[in-house]
Amino acid sequence: MNMLEIRDLHVSVEDKEILKGVDLKVDAGEVHAIMGPNGSGKSTLAQVIAGRDTFEVTKGDILYKGESILDKSPEERACEGIFLAFQYPVEIPGVRNSYFLKSALNSKRKYRGEDEIDAMDFLALIKKKMEMLEIKKSFMERPVNEGFSGGEKKRNEILQMAVLDPMLAVLDETDSGLDIDALKIVSSGVNALRGPDRAIVVVTHYQRLLNYIVPDVVHVLLDGRIVKTGDRTLALELEDKGYADVQNGTAKK
Amino acid sequence: MAHVDTYIKDFARFETRVAKSTPVWLRDIRKTAIDRFAAVGFPATKDEKWRFTRVRPLLGHDFRLAEGYQREALLPLQLDELCMDDRGCRRLTFVNGHFAEDLSDTGSLPAGVRIGSLRSFMETDPEPVQRCLSRYADSRKNPFVALNTAHIYDGAFVHIPKGTRLEEPIHLLYVTRSNGNPVVSHPRTLIIADEDTRASIVESYVGFDSDTYFTNAVTEIVVKARAEIDHCKLQRESDSAYHIATVQAQIGRDSRYKTDSVSLGGSLVRNDINTILGDEGIDCTVNGLYLANGHQHVDNHTVIEHTNPRGLSRELYKGILGGRAKAVFNGRIHVHPQAQKTDAKQTNRCILLSDDAQVNTNPQLEIYADDVKCTHGAAVGQIDGDAVFYLRSRGIDKASARQMLVFAFANEVLENLRIDRVREHLTADLRRWLSEARGVGEEG
Repeated sequence: MNMLEIRDLHVSVEDKEILKGVDLKVDAGEVHAIMGPNGSGKSTLAQVIAGRDTFEVTKGDILYKGESILDKSPEERACEGIFLAFQYPVEIPGVRNSYFLKSALNSKRKYRGEDEIDAMDFLALIKKKMEMLEIKKSFMERPVNEGFSGGEKKRNEILQMAVLDPMLAVLDETDSGLDIDALKIVSSGVNALRGPDRAIVVVTHYQRLLNYIVPDVVHVLLDGRIVKTGDRTLALELEDKGYADVQNGTAKK
Repeated sequence: MAHVDTYIKDFARFETRVAKSTPVWLRDIRKTAIDRFAAVGFPATKDEKWRFTRVRPLLGHDFRLAEGYQREALLPLQLDELCMDDRGCRRLTFVNGHFAEDLSDTGSLPAGVRIGSLRSFMETDPEPVQRCLSRYADSRKNPFVALNTAHIYDGAFVHIPKGTRLEEPIHLLYVTRSNGNPVVSHPRTLIIADEDTRASIVESYVGFDSDTYFTNAVTEIVVKARAEIDHCKLQRESDSAYHIATVQAQIGRDSRYKTDSVSLGGSLVRNDINTILGDEGIDCTVNGLYLANGHQHVDNHTVIEHTNPRGLSRELYKGILGGRAKAVFNGRIHVHPQAQKTDAKQTNRCILLSDDAQVNTNPQLEIYADDVKCTHGAAVGQIDGDAVFYLRSRGIDKASARQMLVFAFANEVLENLRIDRVREHLTADLRRWLSEARGVGEEG
């Protein structure tokens, strides 16, 4: 099944065009990696999928399970199963992690016409996920991301993902700021979500993460366009030769 | 100056009416105060302390002093919803400035504790009142204090004798009900906590929807050595009320004092919170939260005087303003030359929910000692758009996301309230306010 389809997507911020016609198709069961240097538009693409309204879609469409989502609010997209793991998770002083996570889960359940989760069931659910991600119990009582280390913030993103159980997960530079141990933990959390009904899009600058989350398809995003698509060997090639080569390649074309 | 004259004429009538029950010493206090008020009148915006707060709207009303307590004035209205759950607490209730014995509860207290109407104590047991009344709140510095002092007649008196610890808070409830005849009251509160005492005192000022009236309150608090006192002033007057109040606290050696001022109601509100660290080794916290919407105007002026060494003061004021509300925060910390090793920190933060809301914030640090640690910070902003998107991306709808963020912002003051029932009451109040206030759920 087609999970995500992006057609000729043009996106601007304050009249500056960032995405200049992106086409992308991700089927259920697949993991796609989008690679590209800084400023190529990777994060913009990730945020636009999640519904960030500071970006303006000037042309094209984004389809989720075959339906356009451009008119849907970020919360509707989330409730329907889209999840964005932020590159820079936002600190929210005064809101406890557990309260936040429970509110998020209940919003999604409400959207689907389900009852709110029972407090005991919620505790059991997060306990399991936290163990998997090697997250300390005290984590839940702290304000969302406030004073968290880079690694803790990223693990918190993956915890939210695991609890919210999305159909389409977009991971924006989830590897940045992670040491090798944290990278392994985070990757195993992501891999646990892999399955025939789900799709994952990994946005990353480096191929390192792809050693742990092995993609089926790799795309190269340059200057707002996908310039090359291949299998995982493309990532290794990029690692070897750098983006400059791909860039030169397109320039010659 | 016609309005000043009106108040002075009203004072003369009041003075004649209560002459019989007035001791000479009180007559002198009143006389000095009214003379002061007559000389200076109401403050104008050219007065630096009143620069951003015009009292002119107040002068457009013909307020009358209520002559006595009438139970009927309140019927059939219920007080319960307006104030915290004070079951198990000692409570003094005042209606339009007059003591309402039937709505009060002063039963069973440790020996030597005095709680009751100021007026009856002045008649039967004047010595402790006379020793402190009007010694601290300074009529020369604030014309409204002068006006209140001139009208001292009734109010609350709390005296906690040496070594006494009270478990439950004492609740002082000031209710105003104008019933179409705008009233003015000058509630006076005197709280004396002797050495080694521990107590909490909650002052509630409440009114009913759209009632027009003027509350001009003065509270004097004397905290002696090694005492631990928690004081809260909760202002939830009617949305058409004028509320002007001074809390003057004199703190003694090695004691711990915390005062919270929470302001929700009123159309024109001015709070002066003056705290004097009058001895060594004092730990003091001065916190506040103000919520304003529509055309409300809320002015908080705080002064913390470090007059002696080793004083610690922490001040946190937070505001949330929607509609065309205006707020003023002026926080002065004055470190006297002998107040070495002072540690003072002041923070004022404000969220504006609409383009038309406005705040003037002015931290004033005056430091005359050289071995001190003093910091201050002020920030005015809007609801953080990145945080809203983050919450929405997790499925939380926009209105809930904004409410959650504003609640968390204000909750920093509430979660530090040590009196559980006040915290619970205010948390519910805050949630209600947030669900009703325009500009919280949607951009204003």
